[in-house]
Amino acid sequence: MSDTSTQLAEHLQDRLGESLQDITVATGEVTIEVAPENLIEVATQLRDTKEFGFEILLDVCGVDYLNYGKDEWATEETSGSGFSRGVEAQTAGRLRAVTGDLVVEQPRTPRRFASVMHLLSIKNNQRLRVRIYAPDDGLPVIPSVISVWSSADWYEREAFDLYGILYAGHPDLRRLLTDYGFIGHPFRKDFPLSGNVEVIYDPEKQRVVYQPVSIEPRVLVPKVIRAAKVTEPETVAAGAAAEPPVAEPAE
Amino acid sequence: MPEIRNFTLNFGPQHPAAHGVLRLVLEMDGEVIERADPHIGLLHRATEKLAESKPWNQSIGYMDRLDYVSMMCNEHGYVLAMEKLLGITPPVRAQYIRVLFDEITRILNHLLWIGAHGLDVGAMTIFLYAFREREDLMDLYEAVSGTRMHATYYRPGGVYRDLPDSMPKYEASKWHSQKEVDKKNANRQGSMLDFIEAFTDRFPGCVDDYETLLTDNRIWKQRTVGIGVVSPERAMQLGFTGPMLRGSGIEWDLRKKQPYEVYDRMDFDIPVGATGDCYDRYLVRIEEMRQSNRIIRQCIDWLRRNPGPVMLEDYKVAPPRREEMKADMEALIHHFKLFTEGFCVPEGEAYAAIEHPKGEFGVYIISDGANKPYRLKVRAPGFAHLSAMDEMVRGHMLADVVAVIGTQDIVFGEIDR
Repeated sequence: MSDTSTQLAEHLQDRLGESLQDITVATGEVTIEVAPENLIEVATQLRDTKEFGFEILLDVCGVDYLNYGKDEWATEETSGSGFSRGVEAQTAGRLRAVTGDLVVEQPRTPRRFASVMHLLSIKNNQRLRVRIYAPDDGLPVIPSVISVWSSADWYEREAFDLYGILYAGHPDLRRLLTDYGFIGHPFRKDFPLSGNVEVIYDPEKQRVVYQPVSIEPRVLVPKVIRAAKVTEPETVAAGAAAEPPVAEPAE
Repeated sequence: MPEIRNFTLNFGPQHPAAHGVLRLVLEMDGEVIERADPHIGLLHRATEKLAESKPWNQSIGYMDRLDYVSMMCNEHGYVLAMEKLLGITPPVRAQYIRVLFDEITRILNHLLWIGAHGLDVGAMTIFLYAFREREDLMDLYEAVSGTRMHATYYRPGGVYRDLPDSMPKYEASKWHSQKEVDKKNANRQGSMLDFIEAFTDRFPGCVDDYETLLTDNRIWKQRTVGIGVVSPERAMQLGFTGPMLRGSGIEWDLRKKQPYEVYDRMDFDIPVGATGDCYDRYLVRIEEMRQSNRIIRQCIDWLRRNPGPVMLEDYKVAPPRREEMKADMEALIHHFKLFTEGFCVPEGEAYAAIEHPKGEFGVYIISDGANKPYRLKVRAPGFAHLSAMDEMVRGHMLADVVAVIGTQDIVFGEIDR
């Protein structure tokens, strides 16, 4: 698997090298980063060139990198005052509804919003991930690939609905998953987990009405980042017994 | 002279043939569809956002609730993605159990599909036949995990526990005499594997029964042949996967082409359609049930001969055994940390895809090194299929919309997420 992915990465470098911002191979998967202005050209080549042959667009996924790498729990040092290691955090689960005064810092990644496509080639039996960062954090615009792959239609509508990423050239960019008349983009990291409104039945008006949520924000497990400590094989003796002791049947 | 104009029809969201909460806005010219606009999201629960607020392990149960007729396959996709990032491989026995239950799940899914599809286009009997067999498979789910549907059985590093040695039995009551109960318990005397084997002996005959009811049935053929035809080129453009793609004649099955777990050791065939209409997709799914039956038999055979662990003993991701926790402080601490904080997944991203009964079920995860996913995206096969609804029904009659919904095997849990 990894052989074919390095091969694919080399082909990509040869054919599209100057239009790509980045090529990485990790866990057997190839990821390329493309600037929005080159996207349509690169996408067409990815579909039509023989070595690539990516006929199927499997998925388009919006990503909001706002809180990337920020945790809610001090892991390096202990506090001198009391037991708490909690640190000031603004993850979605802690946000109060309709705050609107979230401090937006520049995320660790180059830009806040990205659109990630997953491609599949049946002819060559290979996969590719394409990431496009939207150049403007306030008004994220990315060209639509609907002219290259028809399946982009609903995927882009979904990413627009949930993240507010605008796909330029999409013929019918309506909301898809959220309610009629919904306000906001719910999967953004600055959108509260509880949402802003809830529905109740109003017996006087005799219909269902919206009202601000009555849910108190509550986080049961804080977000903790313990870098590289997980894969450390501390329980070597136990971990080595992964394979069953019985021999494989020859079949 | 009366004015002639197009008619807009609202189909659903509370329609028995809409398979849940699909609202279709149909523009009709007489009885012919001019345009179909599916409105979805009425079952949207923001599973992906919820998963971002919970430790990795605690979202497995949410995966069951995506496509709620093929529960364990959804778990499989999620668990596989986590394992990819963690860089762990479960023991071989766990892999066989996963394959076994993936195939049981495929039969479960196809049985529901054939029942509901038949019911939608007017074949009542098939529904009752299909649910008779589903009951046995649901019992298997219950025996192995404790619940009939939302199992949470697959875990990173293996499966929750080994297959049980006995099957639960019916008990006599005021309403069921001992004689009646004995008859029901006849194939429940041995282990769980014996029970599955008895099922696989019987099941090909059941599929023959379904085929007798439908395959040459004149009404069935009138309702499905030539309906919703998709050419192979369009099928790829529209992002079809699974039986929808194979029905159009493309031989593509992740179990064969990009094998995961132990599918490369299994002997089975990929059925492929010729014309890409509803009837071909029906034939493909029927044959898939027979092939799944074959795979299950191979798994039973291997599992009988090879006992062993079903979970990794890496306590950073898998909980230690109860007995150890009673005596060993370290094990107790591992258990405590695992169930309060969870485990951290190394920074990076991974996409794991499995051949779900409905198509390619992919899970894309981005981790920033925390104990919670930074972003989880579920690539649901039904989502792409439903988005092609407009193209598939255009020019067909209103009654064919129901046939197309049936053939797409729509389940709203996964489409709305």
